[in-house]
Amino acid sequence: MSLNVEHQPVRALPSEKPIRLLDNAGHAVRGAASGGFELPELDVLLELYRRMVIARRFDVQVTALTKQGRLATYPSAYGQEACEIGAISAIETHDWFFPTYRDSIALLTRGIEPGDILASFRGDWHNGYDQHAHRCASQATPLATQTLHAVGLAHAARLRHDPIVTLTYLGDGATSEGDAHEAFNFAAVWQTPTVFLVQNNQFAISTPLSRQTRAATLADKAVGYGMPGYHVDGNDVAAMYAVTLAAVARARDGGGPTLIEGVTYRIEPHTNSDDPTRYRQAREVEHWKRRDPIERLEKYLVSEGALGDDVRTEIADAAESVAAHTREVMTAEAELDPLELFDHVYARPRAALREQRARLEAELKESAMANDSSHAGAAR
Amino acid sequence: MTATTTPTERAQPATSAPAPLTMAGALNAALRDAMEADDRVVVYGEDVGPLGGVFRVTDGLQARFGDQRIWDSPLAESGIVGTAVGMAMYGMRPVVEMQFDAFSYPAFEQMVSHVAKMRNRTKGRVSLPIVVRIPCAGAIGGVEHHSDSSEAYWTATPGLTVVMPSNPADAYSMLREAIECDDPVVFMEPKSRYWSKAELTLPVTTAPMDRAVVVREGTDVTLLAYGPTVRTALEAADAAASEDLSIEVVDLRSLSPFDDETVGASVRKTSRAAVIHEAAQFGGYGAEVAARVTERNFFHLAAPVLRITGFDIPYPSPKLEEQYLPTADRVLAALDTWEWEDRA
Repeated sequence: MSLNVEHQPVRALPSEKPIRLLDNAGHAVRGAASGGFELPELDVLLELYRRMVIARRFDVQVTALTKQGRLATYPSAYGQEACEIGAISAIETHDWFFPTYRDSIALLTRGIEPGDILASFRGDWHNGYDQHAHRCASQATPLATQTLHAVGLAHAARLRHDPIVTLTYLGDGATSEGDAHEAFNFAAVWQTPTVFLVQNNQFAISTPLSRQTRAATLADKAVGYGMPGYHVDGNDVAAMYAVTLAAVARARDGGGPTLIEGVTYRIEPHTNSDDPTRYRQAREVEHWKRRDPIERLEKYLVSEGALGDDVRTEIADAAESVAAHTREVMTAEAELDPLELFDHVYARPRAALREQRARLEAELKESAMANDSSHAGAAR
Repeated sequence: MTATTTPTERAQPATSAPAPLTMAGALNAALRDAMEADDRVVVYGEDVGPLGGVFRVTDGLQARFGDQRIWDSPLAESGIVGTAVGMAMYGMRPVVEMQFDAFSYPAFEQMVSHVAKMRNRTKGRVSLPIVVRIPCAGAIGGVEHHSDSSEAYWTATPGLTVVMPSNPADAYSMLREAIECDDPVVFMEPKSRYWSKAELTLPVTTAPMDRAVVVREGTDVTLLAYGPTVRTALEAADAAASEDLSIEVVDLRSLSPFDDETVGASVRKTSRAAVIHEAAQFGGYGAEVAARVTERNFFHLAAPVLRITGFDIPYPSPKLEEQYLPTADRVLAALDTWEWEDRA
């Protein structure tokens, strides 16, 4: 293996019509519209359905908890489950995932504890889960910065002949960032095993896609970097899963990176502090609600006789149990030690931080003593 | 350094008889020995491969180690630092080069938002042992964007370790230590000192990279200098000696953390201090030094701590940089502005 990989640059534009394996009525799509991808087996689709239902229940629960003031903020992925769950389900446990702040439900699917996912949004610490244990980077807030981390880790693994793949998500707005461009380019030049999923949910907070790009599709950009791009119906989990799975397999075989655009819609506000009535029409939201990714797959599974009442009940129960667990862990207050603020900044201890830590410790002791004596006074 | 070196020869760091070595040569040797010692050390950046870097600091390394250990990256500094984050997460120890300090600014977000914060964010579970080498400062006749002093941007960022050697021996020793450090290190290399020479036997180990060093003892004044201004301070000390003024020169070496102990001991001895840097004065690194020294040693000071720096203007074009840079004369003139009751 050399770093100067000889490869044929990709010249073909992605299809203008998004690749789709299930239409909105839940019918299997065949022919050109499927982009040559096969509809996954029923058991795979049923598992994707289960994951999406649980993910949505979690998302709705967390939004409710945020409205109750249990979280500082929560960027919901309601309506984007096909992208979120379809793509993350296409990588293996030994692969790495580089998410953004909106991708909490993908982390849930990855097996991370709700309390650990939400520690940052609750305000406990900037990241609450063990990245190495889950092979999952922290949720990036600065846009597109994580895409470069995904490329770097993939390149390091490749230098070590370790056949892992990195998957990273970014939004439509983030494609305007310089780091997205640099990540696409580095990945293509180095031929790293990286899959980029652009979740085009139509808005960057309030700014519509039309003010973000003049490209016909975001997937078109792939061609300029010399990598394959796929323009996919991001509300069709079958297509999202199948296209990502193929990209992951190609990356693992040394075929380099892929850019996938999932066309979807952010049903909820950007976060709880956003007011979407200022920038979009209610009827547009209604239009997209009628293209719900979970309902679409449900129709297909029912028509195939794969989703009986017993299975449906079992999945609903599992979702309720995740919601209950989430409520429970988010209602309990985490025990925070202010002195820990100093403990992890540097591997190599610093005298200045030791001094500042001691100062805070003295302040805390003093205020604890003041509290004690005022309580004692109240008791008298 | 040739590609034909046998593995047995490589296993031992090259020890040589004392030989004149430039700072660029010492840095090159440090990279070579670090790459020999640890195969997790990889080097990349712009033009660092066949060319050996625009300052030749990586000269011959690709021929020796191959293009999977050291390679030319696309020309994008955020991409260079951002991918280094991922490589370090995987377990590599990337040493990346910013071609000139003013070209490091596209990497600012990755440096400040991730390189500096990752360890804290992850409660120590993810350390980023990255070295970002930045050729810095001026006095090389460079056109615009080739002579900036960007240290204060980095020192203002908790999570970054910022060091700057002033001589070939420190350049070797501090770079080896920076590469072995589990924290990310901004390793600033004063361009005007790249060709300065010293007799060295490698490998050389100098003081730990987080310590300041008294490079010339004196009793009347402490000059606090780093990188290119250490030479300026030494020149000033030489000139002052003939006027019976005894100047102590401290090479700070580490800008973050700051060695309060060594600096404080010197200042309490001399009771007068001035800090010298090429960067502009306002909000510059010298402001932090002056404040710390004053806060901690006020009752030992006979005079306010002075800052002898560049002017508060963008770095000038080559024909005017001489007027901008703090010189030994300017240092001595500044010391004259103090009231010297005990001197004639």
